[in-house]
Amino acid sequence: MNLDICWPIGIMFSLVGAMLALFGFVTKASEEMYKRSLDININLWWGLVLLVFGGLMLLSAYMNAQKEKSK
Amino acid sequence: MQSVTLGWMDYSIMLIYVGAVLGIGQALRKYMKSSSDFFLSGRSIPAWVTGLAFISANLGALELVGMAASGAKYGMMTCHFYWIGAILAMTFLSVFMMPFYYGSKARSVPEYLNMRFDGRVRCLNSITFAVMTVFASGISMNALAKLLQSLLGWDYHLSLWICSGVVLLYVLKGGLTSAIYTEVLQFFMIVLGFSPVVYLGLKEVGGWSVLKEKLAGVATNPASIGVGDKAFQPDAWTGAWSPMIQGASANPMGVDLFAMVFGLGFVLAFGYWCTNFLVVQRAMAAKDMSAARRTPLIGAIPKMLIPALVILPGMIAAGLAFSNKDNKDGYRLPPKVIAESAYVNVVAAVKHVAATGVTGETAVQQIAKAAGLKMMSGKVDEIIKASPSLSDAEIKARVQNAVAENDYDGVILSLIKRYCPTGLLGLALTALLASFMSGMAGNVTAFNTIWTYDLYQAYLAKGKTDAHYMWMGRVATVAGILISIGCAYFAAMYNNAMDVIQLVFGFVNAPLFATFLLGMFWKRITATGAFWGLLLGTTTSAIFHALTLAIGNAPGVKGGYLGVVQSFPSEMAQNFWLASFAFLTCLVLTTVLSLATKQNKTDAELTGLVYSLTPRIPQADEAWYMRPGVQALALLGVCLVLNIIFW
Repeated sequence: MNLDICWPIGIMFSLVGAMLALFGFVTKASEEMYKRSLDININLWWGLVLLVFGGLMLLSAYMNAQKEKSK
Repeated sequence: MQSVTLGWMDYSIMLIYVGAVLGIGQALRKYMKSSSDFFLSGRSIPAWVTGLAFISANLGALELVGMAASGAKYGMMTCHFYWIGAILAMTFLSVFMMPFYYGSKARSVPEYLNMRFDGRVRCLNSITFAVMTVFASGISMNALAKLLQSLLGWDYHLSLWICSGVVLLYVLKGGLTSAIYTEVLQFFMIVLGFSPVVYLGLKEVGGWSVLKEKLAGVATNPASIGVGDKAFQPDAWTGAWSPMIQGASANPMGVDLFAMVFGLGFVLAFGYWCTNFLVVQRAMAAKDMSAARRTPLIGAIPKMLIPALVILPGMIAAGLAFSNKDNKDGYRLPPKVIAESAYVNVVAAVKHVAATGVTGETAVQQIAKAAGLKMMSGKVDEIIKASPSLSDAEIKARVQNAVAENDYDGVILSLIKRYCPTGLLGLALTALLASFMSGMAGNVTAFNTIWTYDLYQAYLAKGKTDAHYMWMGRVATVAGILISIGCAYFAAMYNNAMDVIQLVFGFVNAPLFATFLLGMFWKRITATGAFWGLLLGTTTSAIFHALTLAIGNAPGVKGGYLGVVQSFPSEMAQNFWLASFAFLTCLVLTTVLSLATKQNKTDAELTGLVYSLTPRIPQADEAWYMRPGVQALALLGVCLVLNIIFW
């Protein structure tokens, strides 16, 4: 069994998503910065999307590993 | 192009990506035990992974940049590069061709040619392919380094060598598996990095229906945003088929129905998706026949929808530019950059014109001549009036903004810069960077396999140990990357180099599918017929190119250097017709020569390689809806619906 690709994808996107969301949260007062994204705090929202995607990938990697073990 | 400043957050995201790909390489290292692991991923990868890698290997950065450019320039018709130009060919590969590729146990496309025909055909195909892949990766790396230089102010040499170094590290460690895994990672990067940009763009324009209205404005008055002088019907930018049916002169692409459907949809698409080892290698790495056949089908699903991420931004840019056409400071399609060396003359010309009191067209022309680019009269007039109170730097900036010619390749970046605050900017740029690097990795893994199996093992060092070939594969990886870097410098030195190379790709690709089609489905085709048919088909395309020219081009690299027998409304039409012509020549010659020569292979030797001599794959253990044929039909149905919606 090779490395399950869901691990690296999950880890990377969870990490990037968490950072982006946190960054968005910290900078949420900066109207100047989010003017270009049409007054949407895109870092916060998109960071959360990435975090959910990464989390789902990690979950599926974990479930694959469990299935592999029980075989 | 104005450069942007990245924050620490943007750099962190880039570093995380580089860390992830290097980590993948490191983690895969321990699985690389034999040459089959290194070159074929040990044939162990699940179908959804090979499927995403299958389309991702083709979704290079040049494609991202080029599709957005075409979206702005030609609109909805660009989608045919996806719908007509890929889906049909991918389903054909899955249903009809994959059983032979995977079932024959060939390790590469040229090796299949060797089994079906003989060493000559293999040699011809593997040499042309090997040369093409390293050049392709060199061209793309040159584009990357130039982009990073103009956008971020990074050193050209440094970014070229660092990106190549990262690719080298992970390919050396994890072989094809590394390349495939990073391609999947890149796929998600592009989808997740570009979606917010498209969303924000669409939101600013006011949604799809408003965008359609704006693009109707563009179509009836293209000159307003500098995309051409000729007016079209209002649906020319928003219809995929309706502008094409009315003939080549009714659409901005200048392509007629036959050239599009036969030239692109049949010859070029099938030639690329069904015979190009770069993509076919991904399917060959699948864990079993069923996964191999499902690879192109799984890839076809996102392939149908990707236009929304890569072509739509170009259309949004055109629509946005149209709504802002009267607003001096609003969005415009990025202008072509005035060469650094021409600026002195431009500033001098502005001052000269202002001092001598020349006005109107004469003044504009003088400045345009100094810049070497067309200028917008209104803006130039304003600059001349204001020039006494402006510094040289201000004149420079304002003249740059007055350039009338568009730099379409800058469209996607102009949108990223417009909408991405620091943070998201890092994500979008990393997606672009990722597609460059994984493009190189894809080319290099295809190159090292062809070199090691089809040239080195076949002709230079037969019968060595497996460990020796794996060592050779690693050497070929290093060599492939070094040659790519050489090609990048070559492409940077000669602007025409890129045109010439892409031209040669066209010559080689166009006739190839005829050889495969005949060879796979007709056992009478002989090696001699295939070899000479292919060689003469390639020669024919070169001659066709030398005798035809697109309107508006000067004879030379663009064709017509032996005299112009036929002219085409656009370069794209010329390419599509060239492909059709070369394909038919190869088809006819291969057939005639095969019938004139004796078959050198027995029926037993051809079993598993030719359709009529190969037993059907038993499908009893699969549910009916899992059969490739059924899934292929379903996909084609969905594709048809998309075509009707965007008719």
